[in-house]
Amino acid sequence: MSDFRNITLPQPAVSLVMIKEPMSVFLQNRLPGRLIVVEGIDGSGKSTQMSLLSQWLRRRGYAVTFSEWNSSPLVHETTRRGKKKEMFTPTSFSLIHATDFADRLEQYIIPLLKAGAVVCADRYAYTAFARDVVRGVDRAWVRNLYRFALKPSLAFYFKVPLDVALGRILGGRDALKYYEAGMDLGLSRNIEESFRLFQGRILEEYEAMIDEMGFHVIDATKSIEAQQREMRRIVLREFGRVRPPGVLGTEVRVAELSQ
Amino acid sequence: MPSYRNKPPLSYYRTALPGVDYSELQGKLIVIEGPDAVGRSTQVRRLKPWLEEYGHAVLDTGMARSALAGKGIKEAKEGNTLGPITMTLYYATDFADRLENEIIPALRAGFVVLTDRYIFSIMARAIARGENRTWIERTAGFALVPHAVLYMRAEVKDLISRVVVGRGAFDYWESGLDLHFGQDMYESFVRYQSRLIQVFDNMAEPYGFQTIDASQSADRVFVSLQRAISKVVEMETPAKRAARLKAARVTKSPLKLVPAMAPALQTVRKAPAAKSVRKAAPAAKAVRKASAQ
Repeated sequence: MSDFRNITLPQPAVSLVMIKEPMSVFLQNRLPGRLIVVEGIDGSGKSTQMSLLSQWLRRRGYAVTFSEWNSSPLVHETTRRGKKKEMFTPTSFSLIHATDFADRLEQYIIPLLKAGAVVCADRYAYTAFARDVVRGVDRAWVRNLYRFALKPSLAFYFKVPLDVALGRILGGRDALKYYEAGMDLGLSRNIEESFRLFQGRILEEYEAMIDEMGFHVIDATKSIEAQQREMRRIVLREFGRVRPPGVLGTEVRVAELSQ
Repeated sequence: MPSYRNKPPLSYYRTALPGVDYSELQGKLIVIEGPDAVGRSTQVRRLKPWLEEYGHAVLDTGMARSALAGKGIKEAKEGNTLGPITMTLYYATDFADRLENEIIPALRAGFVVLTDRYIFSIMARAIARGENRTWIERTAGFALVPHAVLYMRAEVKDLISRVVVGRGAFDYWESGLDLHFGQDMYESFVRYQSRLIQVFDNMAEPYGFQTIDASQSADRVFVSLQRAISKVVEMETPAKRAARLKAARVTKSPLKLVPAMAPALQTVRKAPAAKSVRKAAPAAKAVRKASAQ
């Protein structure tokens, strides 16, 4: 009776029954669109690579859209208030990010996937799995929290040593913010030192997730060009070489809905 | 469905909150639950001064009242793009903020916490909207186990009369209009609230609800709630308590206490007999010494 609404498309309408222990982390995406995710610590270069990949996909004829972590307009004011007044606990911090994610998924990502778009997500639930666990939130609890998420078609993880990533961002950027630097963990009173320790722990969580989540690991110490070649090779392998007609496979559903 | 009946009060259902020492919690947590328009808020308004009369410090709290998310939820409900999962999680955020920043500190300080709705309303709304039960049960599993969950139960017909008489109009969310259940507010209200009541009923056993018949008059409901609360919260007026303690002192103590000294001795009054007062003093000293180390 109580399952997530049926979003299996185009047909047949199979309900998304979830498997009991051991948990399946996400729901299978049976929608016509594709979901591509990039993950990694700050300074791993994932956003640059996603941008290059999306331009290439667009040239190949795909309808490409974006969704960024922590960008829901519905939740924005609450997150801002919580950060400004430093009122978050690890649990409420985790929950507000899940709320943000749910809103983007319900209002943006799922409708676009139904319409046959390629949705590029800069960070996904994995970011919560890494950050929230470092903040002390229970590992199994936060994995359950995101069970309503769709399994990405492709999840790229940009593997980079901590020092390389820190070298790329510290110095050439705006001042670090309280939660961004993990100051709420009390790791160090020095904000830059806190950021280093925090990122180091997040990195460990990501590394431990590689096999569990089936990441496509990209060596982010290589040149930008080499990384992009690797990504495109994987995309071609997964999506096929056939040039798509804009949006993917919506004819069936459109016919069904417009009757 | 797993049963949580045997979980001790003020422990957690499934998942411990990071950074909370559960052994420090000492107040009482009383939950008033039930569907929309069943009269919960009216009762909470009456229960608070009643408890205060007995000398209890009371924190009353309720859904969407958190400093963090209360405003955001109200705004989101006024718009037209609030999806069911998002709504559930927004309420969970609101709950977490109130739990950690209001309820737990109050319990630590020995308050009686009276809450108008709890995780059960969040869960019921999610389940009534077709969300996965296990998902929401686990998500809300960081909640504290209350001393009592008083479920104000009524039939849909009772709710309808309260809505029409009391408010004069049906509410969009209370009618579950986001679910497209019926042709108009009335039909949708009936279907949605029936579903909610059914979900609440199903939670009663595993979560150990005490069901209060809320189809009765408000006064009768109040008496039922008082009776249930009296079983978990000490019910004695401060004056009576003082008199009882004084009587106990007079009858048990062979020493005649000088009245002015009595307050000073109260700190060691846990010791039952008067001769132990002198013994207890070094013991109390030892405790202080131990805790200072």
